[in-house]
Amino acid sequence: MAFLELDHLEKSFGAVHVVKDFNLAVEKGEFVSFLGPSGCGKTTVLRMVAGFESPTSGSIVIDGKNVTGIRPNQRNIGMVFQAYALFPNLTVAQNVGFGLRVAGQGKAEIDKRVGEMLELIGLPQLGSRYPFQLSGGQQQRVALARALAIKPSVLLLDEPLSALDAKIRVSLREEIRAIQRELGITTIFVTHDQEEALSMSDRIVVMHQGVADQVGTPFEIYNRPATRFVAQFVGTLNLLDASVLDAAAGRIKVGDVPVALDRALPGGGNGKIGLALRPETVALGRQDGNGIVLSGRIAEVHFLGSVIRVRVTVGDHLVSLDTFNRPDAPPPQVGSPVEISVSERDLLVLAA
Amino acid sequence: MKGTRFWSWTAIAFGALYFLLPLVGMFEFSLRMKREGYSFEAYRVVLSDPQFQMTFSYSVALALLTIVLGVLIVVPTAYWVRLRLPVVRPLIEFITLMPLVIPPIVIVFGYIRVYNTSSILPLTGNWWGTNVLLVFGYATLALPYMYRSVDTGLRTIDVATLTEAAQSLGAGWARILATVILPNVLVSVLSGAFLTFAIVIGEYVFAALLNVNSFGPYMVWMGGNRAYEPSALAVIAFTITWACMGLIQLVTRFSKFSTPRR
Repeated sequence: MAFLELDHLEKSFGAVHVVKDFNLAVEKGEFVSFLGPSGCGKTTVLRMVAGFESPTSGSIVIDGKNVTGIRPNQRNIGMVFQAYALFPNLTVAQNVGFGLRVAGQGKAEIDKRVGEMLELIGLPQLGSRYPFQLSGGQQQRVALARALAIKPSVLLLDEPLSALDAKIRVSLREEIRAIQRELGITTIFVTHDQEEALSMSDRIVVMHQGVADQVGTPFEIYNRPATRFVAQFVGTLNLLDASVLDAAAGRIKVGDVPVALDRALPGGGNGKIGLALRPETVALGRQDGNGIVLSGRIAEVHFLGSVIRVRVTVGDHLVSLDTFNRPDAPPPQVGSPVEISVSERDLLVLAA
Repeated sequence: MKGTRFWSWTAIAFGALYFLLPLVGMFEFSLRMKREGYSFEAYRVVLSDPQFQMTFSYSVALALLTIVLGVLIVVPTAYWVRLRLPVVRPLIEFITLMPLVIPPIVIVFGYIRVYNTSSILPLTGNWWGTNVLLVFGYATLALPYMYRSVDTGLRTIDVATLTEAAQSLGAGWARILATVILPNVLVSVLSGAFLTFAIVIGEYVFAALLNVNSFGPYMVWMGGNRAYEPSALAVIAFTITWACMGLIQLVTRFSKFSTPRR
């Protein structure tokens, strides 16, 4: 049995169905990210776990105990908010010790735990400051320490990095992950930033219109997206239409080029299917092992430093590809004819 | 540019004269009790009058009780409306504005009618009951100021997120209100409290019609029976009100945990 189980969760606000049949089993110590665009229901699921929203139906079980009807202050869940939510009238140390005081712990015990937590987040000298005297990154670290001080069974992070600037965001996400690993705390992290989700998570739940479109490791989500939405939302992607020649044999036609996939197509039947290609799997020119060669014309060239992103018009499609910058090979000219090649095994067949 | 500034200063000077001249005149008159020259004799007489001491301390006690009652009614209501019932906010605002529209004399006549000695709840029949009615009435009078002040304070903090943060740390409603919400709107509560104090200390209609000997009726009695002392009393009353306003400014400016204001 998993440590945190969300079973057939549903949530409606009036006529709006925000979360639809959401199921997830999270193992103890796992770091799971909910990834999706605004309004996809990811925060609503998180808030249901925290107890701030009641599910319309379904159940939430933490460590074998059904907490669906339990009030938020009795769930022993630590939560970090996007807006930090530090109590402005309390010092850093008082903020971190708030949950312990609520639990009725003694002063010596609280002081010891607060000291440990401030040490953990690397701010042991700031205990006497007020929140308004801290930077955004420091405030969020304190919020994390405050959530962890009560030794919660589950840690919920609601877009905790969104309000920070880019540099702090990267360093703090590494810090959060390191602390989570050190404490082995089961964590759910809500974000709309795919880079954060891919770099931090053990598993990612990609959500779309209230449904968990795909649950998998970052590697699976990126390399084997299950739906067109996941493919489009995670990473940059080229979408191509292909005609099915023989579904059982995995034979299709991309443009005018017949392609034999090494697998049968799901669903069978003939007609059109959607294919996806990551820019890094497409090569400029012919290359060994790339059986599919398509002709086109250079439409755009973006020099990004170490990488050059080239867009090539192939038939009706615009295909993006990435090549590494080399000082001895200048970028191709816009408008020049070009061949691109790709391996059959890098073609992603999209289910929907 | 220069012309605009000239007219601005002219307007300010006119306004200042309009308000200050009567006060200066009154203050000057209050100093003339002794024929041989200016003195604070009227103030000495007023301050040493046992009636003044009694009525003033009685009104102060009523004001403090009114503040406590007002805070107990307004803070949870304004908090709950902001947190869970934003739809009813216009209604609550309308209700809190009623005391400004309905004259106090109407309210007090309503009280006398409902709580008279031949009613089921004869509060006007004894000293304690009358005081309870007075405090309730004053809390009603102060409602527009107290509610607006607290509501403005709540607007400056993220009530929903702070509440949820406290809940996730195990806090119940009473603790959230007492340790998270109230301290963060304390400056606003104090502003409301000082305004309440200023209203209650000089209130006349309620006290007179409920036949209570508080500071308001004492001032009126003094005005009808003495020459110089009423002016001294008015200056004292103004000083108290201004001191309250000054204190509002002071606590707002020197709030310990807020960012410096300019």
